[in-house]
Amino acid sequence: MANSKTPSDLTRPLSPHLQIYRPMLTMVMSIVHRITGGALYVGTLLLAWWLLAIASGPNAYATFQMVASSFIGRLVLLGYTWALIHHMLGGIRHLIWDTGRGFGPAEREWMARATLFGSITLTVLLWLFVYLVTGGLR
Amino acid sequence: MREMRTPLGRVRGLGSAKTGTEDFWHQRLTAMANIPLVIAGVVIVISLAGRNHAAAAQILGSPLIAILMLLFIISVTFHMRIGMQVIIEDYVHEETSKIALITLNTFYTVAVALVSAFAILKLSFGV
Repeated sequence: MANSKTPSDLTRPLSPHLQIYRPMLTMVMSIVHRITGGALYVGTLLLAWWLLAIASGPNAYATFQMVASSFIGRLVLLGYTWALIHHMLGGIRHLIWDTGRGFGPAEREWMARATLFGSITLTVLLWLFVYLVTGGLR
Repeated sequence: MREMRTPLGRVRGLGSAKTGTEDFWHQRLTAMANIPLVIAGVVIVISLAGRNHAAAAQILGSPLIAILMLLFIISVTFHMRIGMQVIIEDYVHEETSKIALITLNTFYTVAVALVSAFAILKLSFGV
């Protein structure tokens, strides 16, 4: 009620933000979805660089491969793979929500766990495959 | 009663701007397209990872691979542009900075799309 305002009401935050709430899995997953999206936004530069390097010739490609196969390069690519898979699984969760399904307490908790477990498992399997089958980055 | 139209009628008429849901829909549209395209893109990148330049250039330039990569780039950069605009609109409230960042966002995503598409087309047409 507008006429029942006391000074303490006025100093109270109008829109409580993240620091007010106890972290919960669904909330953390929502934040991580946005962070991975932002990371992929920057990481797509690597894809553009890779394509441009191949189009430019053997020297440019060798430079890219040298950077990509360095320790930092592999770490970035590992993070990129996880962010991509996590954002994709999180996106599938959002598409399910868009149909009006999956909002129940048990369902949303289950989907949050499946997204996290799925993204980590698929990333590990993908990198194992790259190293064991194709011989890894050269 | 000041307003004769029902809330549903107002929504169908989309208010005075006549627009508003395109970004929401395009974000979902590109999200759905991204699922098969990202899987295809990851398979392509992994299968090229251990190869020398000549082999990588030849495979990327072959029609089916090039078309998949072009679709991948277009859908992903489109999705990126909308996603980052939402982030900017959520956190930047000062009007001038907001418009500047949204403009830069478009420039960046178009540049990434064009650089990637040019590289793929150059490999395909072999010049």
